[in-house]
Amino acid sequence: MSDAEVRVEALGAGDWGGGSLPYAVGSKKFGMWLFIISDALTFSALLIAYGYVRLANKNWPEPFEFYPSLVTATVMTLCLLSSSLTMVMAVAARKREDRPATMKWLWATIAGGLAFLVLHANEWLKLIGEGMRPFSNPWGSPLFGASFFTLTGLHMFHVVTGVCFLGVVAVATGRGKFTSEDVEMSGLYWHFVDLVWMFIFPLVYVLSIHHG
Amino acid sequence: MSHPAGAEHAEPASKLFIWVWIWLLLLTAVEVVLGYEQYPVKLMLTMLMSLSVIKAALIMAYFMHLRFEKLKLVLTLVPALVVILCLFSIFFFPDSLRLMNLGWGR
Repeated sequence: MSDAEVRVEALGAGDWGGGSLPYAVGSKKFGMWLFIISDALTFSALLIAYGYVRLANKNWPEPFEFYPSLVTATVMTLCLLSSSLTMVMAVAARKREDRPATMKWLWATIAGGLAFLVLHANEWLKLIGEGMRPFSNPWGSPLFGASFFTLTGLHMFHVVTGVCFLGVVAVATGRGKFTSEDVEMSGLYWHFVDLVWMFIFPLVYVLSIHHG
Repeated sequence: MSHPAGAEHAEPASKLFIWVWIWLLLLTAVEVVLGYEQYPVKLMLTMLMSLSVIKAALIMAYFMHLRFEKLKLVLTLVPALVVILCLFSIFFFPDSLRLMNLGWGR
């Protein structure tokens, strides 16, 4: 059998036959999916731990006012959701081999991520200014600071990583490097960061609004 | 969810993604209204988590393209995550409910 025939046979292998592309996706994309599933478990464990310590502690603080805290968090959600849409457009543009449009959409996505980071950093500084620390705060259970800073901090770290990742992809795309699978893979990561926020926003913000 | 071989390259139109984005924004708006109105905590938690699961499913299915991938990729990735989340819940649910009924946390 020639090399080409072997390749065709491997590619065409049935569901249980394996072959070189059993999922019909590239190895980079599949690798990113596996990373996302494991990262999803990390965030799930943290969120469930947060839910439990929240229930198990008397005087759990509810320091957020509807305005400005929840309104700011909603704008942050809007930034992330919109940046996911521009990311989808970037992936579609790269598939059409339209590199200038890909770069434009990637920079728009990065702008959304940066806006999120600025608003979030502002929120952190405000809470720190009010006396919130990882192991103490003026309002109630000291575990509030620990859970808030770990959950939102790990998420913010993911956003920072994503902004750097997309920056590299945007620059490389402009220089004629990177395949459409590379852009798609960075998109998967970015959407995942957005997805995690869809759980942090209601659990940490919406459920912690102060009602006087 | 599954497509015949070769069909995965058929790109869905941008309009579809804009509709998904609009739905995600609407569901977020519902969450904000719930935060403004404030219902009893069990009801709030149930409603908010249902909305979040719907939003996560929309993001995975459309933005992350899972709806357009082969079914076997979906079956490799998603059930494992769901099973482990169920195990987490079985582990923590009884004690969480006990604490909730004590009326300690919020």
